[in-house]
Amino acid sequence: MRVRVLYFASFREAIGRDEEERELPNRSSLLDLWTVLSREVPLFAGFPSVPPAAVNREHANPDTPLREGDEVAFLPPVAGG
Amino acid sequence: MFLTDSPIDLASLLLEARSSDGALCLFVGVVRDQNEGRVTTSLRYEAYEEMAEEEIERIVERLSRDFPSVHLMLRHRVGRLSVGEASVAVVATSPHRAEAFAACRAAIDRIKTTVPIWKKEFHPDGSSDWVDPTRGVR
Repeated sequence: MRVRVLYFASFREAIGRDEEERELPNRSSLLDLWTVLSREVPLFAGFPSVPPAAVNREHANPDTPLREGDEVAFLPPVAGG
Repeated sequence: MFLTDSPIDLASLLLEARSSDGALCLFVGVVRDQNEGRVTTSLRYEAYEEMAEEEIERIVERLSRDFPSVHLMLRHRVGRLSVGEASVAVVATSPHRAEAFAACRAAIDRIKTTVPIWKKEFHPDGSSDWVDPTRGVR
């Protein structure tokens, strides 16, 4: 299955793009996707656990199962206000 | 719309707010000239825009249940801001001040913790950092 992954702020700078499509095994979770990305991006590998994330623009837990076409974003520490 | 890339117009925000309610509480966050001992010359706010708008709707919905008498209006700047400019504004109106203060405070606290907005600080020497409010907490 394919998901759309969005990157913002420090995560965008670390991976060098703001979005991409990723092919994943069916029934992959957010944690599975983070594990794949952590092998590629040193900043991500330094995180002790999965950072806050959103699936289809709602906050989601690491064990959330992903589906074909989902919009996924891992969120660096937010700093609004 | 919650996010705006033009300056937050406080006067028109106050005009837009329901004025016959009795109490109006306004919170404005402005760009500070320093952070953690380093001088800041300007900031750039970046947002996951579609999610930020949806998250704000969820916050307003939730606070409308917690404070049924309160009407809320929220605005947040994105893009480059100079020191002293307003980055965020919350207006809470209510028949009574206690609910207006409480809802205003709850709204800004939630904006700071759940809405996907990021802030890059620029320093006089040309360097810049993404602000991480969780640093030292984790």
